Amino acid sequence: MQHSPLYDCYQDTAKLTEFAGWLLPGQFIGLTPEHRAVRTQAGLFDISHMGQIEIQGEQVLDRVNLLIPTDIAGLKPGQACYTVLLNEQGGILDDIILYVQSDTQVKLIVNAACTTKDLAWLHRHLPHLAIQRTPGVLMALQGPQATDILQALTPAALDVIPRFGHQRVSTTFGSLWLARTGYTGEDGWEIQAEPAVGQALWRALLQRGAVPCGLAARDMLRLEAGLHLYGQDMDETMTPLAAGLGWLVNWEKGDFSGRAALLAQKKQGVAQKLVGLRGTGRRIFRPGYPVQAEGQTVGRVTSGTLSLSLGQPIGFAYVNTDWAKLGTALTVRVREQELPVTVVKRTFYTRPE
Amino acid sequence: MTLTYPNELHYTASHEYVALRDDVAVVGITAFAVDELGDITYLELPPVGQTVQRGERFGTIESVKAVSDLYAPVSGVVTEVHSELVDAPERIAEDPYGVGWLLKIKITQPEETQELLTAAAYQAQLGG
Repeated sequence: MQHSPLYDCYQDTAKLTEFAGWLLPGQFIGLTPEHRAVRTQAGLFDISHMGQIEIQGEQVLDRVNLLIPTDIAGLKPGQACYTVLLNEQGGILDDIILYVQSDTQVKLIVNAACTTKDLAWLHRHLPHLAIQRTPGVLMALQGPQATDILQALTPAALDVIPRFGHQRVSTTFGSLWLARTGYTGEDGWEIQAEPAVGQALWRALLQRGAVPCGLAARDMLRLEAGLHLYGQDMDETMTPLAAGLGWLVNWEKGDFSGRAALLAQKKQGVAQKLVGLRGTGRRIFRPGYPVQAEGQTVGRVTSGTLSLSLGQPIGFAYVNTDWAKLGTALTVRVREQELPVTVVKRTFYTRPE
Repeated sequence: MTLTYPNELHYTASHEYVALRDDVAVVGITAFAVDELGDITYLELPPVGQTVQRGERFGTIESVKAVSDLYAPVSGVVTEVHSELVDAPERIAEDPYGVGWLLKIKITQPEETQELLTAAAYQAQLGG
């Protein structure tokens, strides 16, 4: 089991849980107060388990562009985008955020469980580029007060950094890399630092009012915000078209890994689509539970929770395309019960402006 | 949080507790079970009058994290259920041995209570 460089900062206060080979905080004071902190103030997550991969070399953007359906040719240093790595069949190898650091360097933040696989894939498909995994602390400070809390620690103007913008800044603890990205549906930052700097920063952020949060809160927050969890809501057998990530595909950009397969699927139509489901009552639908219509199984749940923001059960499911229209009434079999659900947009929660 | 297991109660390996009041068993789930479940979201209890057999499922409890069946620690007839908790199952965590009681069973096989675990035996099982 791997430990994060921040392990000593929370091992006495967190309830620890195993995730993707790492021992990480499952929760601190509790799911409900942690969730509330992120929605109304600021929460702090250790995400050091996530893979950080730097790719360096001439024409790095053009070469990486061949592996993803998004067009990154126009991205400038300091910009970033959410995208997916695709295999030749159009299957999703991983979902990632790609940060352009210079004309010759990009950084990927990838799922912990996919890091080894991604590295092998990148080495195979980018033989002329330098690819390395970069260690260090990664944490996420998320919530409406995240920017104010962080601003007190650096002279760099954070307000002017747009969503998906990123830059290196100085603080009294040392140098940090900040990105205005996250996995909660709130404004916030993902922060990379050397271990000692990261530990000092973690403690300073808590002193300034950030609430430490665990994976349980993170999972509910991302689901409410309509964000996918790799390995649950998508995998290598799913394409972006089936997973509701068609907006990532730029058909005009030229060839990329999986394009022919995606084009064929687009013409033929996808058999199943990832949809949002909203229920009533208090029962949670969980991964694997069957989705039914007219007595037939028409899909399966991939994620679900009892949303604290909505007070209702919500989830994602792959359902046969005929049953995937918004407003369609379906049921989820939760053990011996058939619970009524409605197909809704996957973005269950949008932060107030 | 320190989890407690009152000495005057009896316990099952499936993490129910029993408070014996003459021929009635007051049943709930232990502090360990509550802590393992985390945020409790749903509770399903049987109707009053239902006959239950020792070891048989009488209900369901769910949290954000997990689904768990509830098992009758003794055989008998359900005489009362704590139905207020169905609408507010999170209250079980406030005090599993107090407000968190789930149901009362009129015991029909008194000898079965000999099979229940003492607080020490239950804790030994948790430790092992």
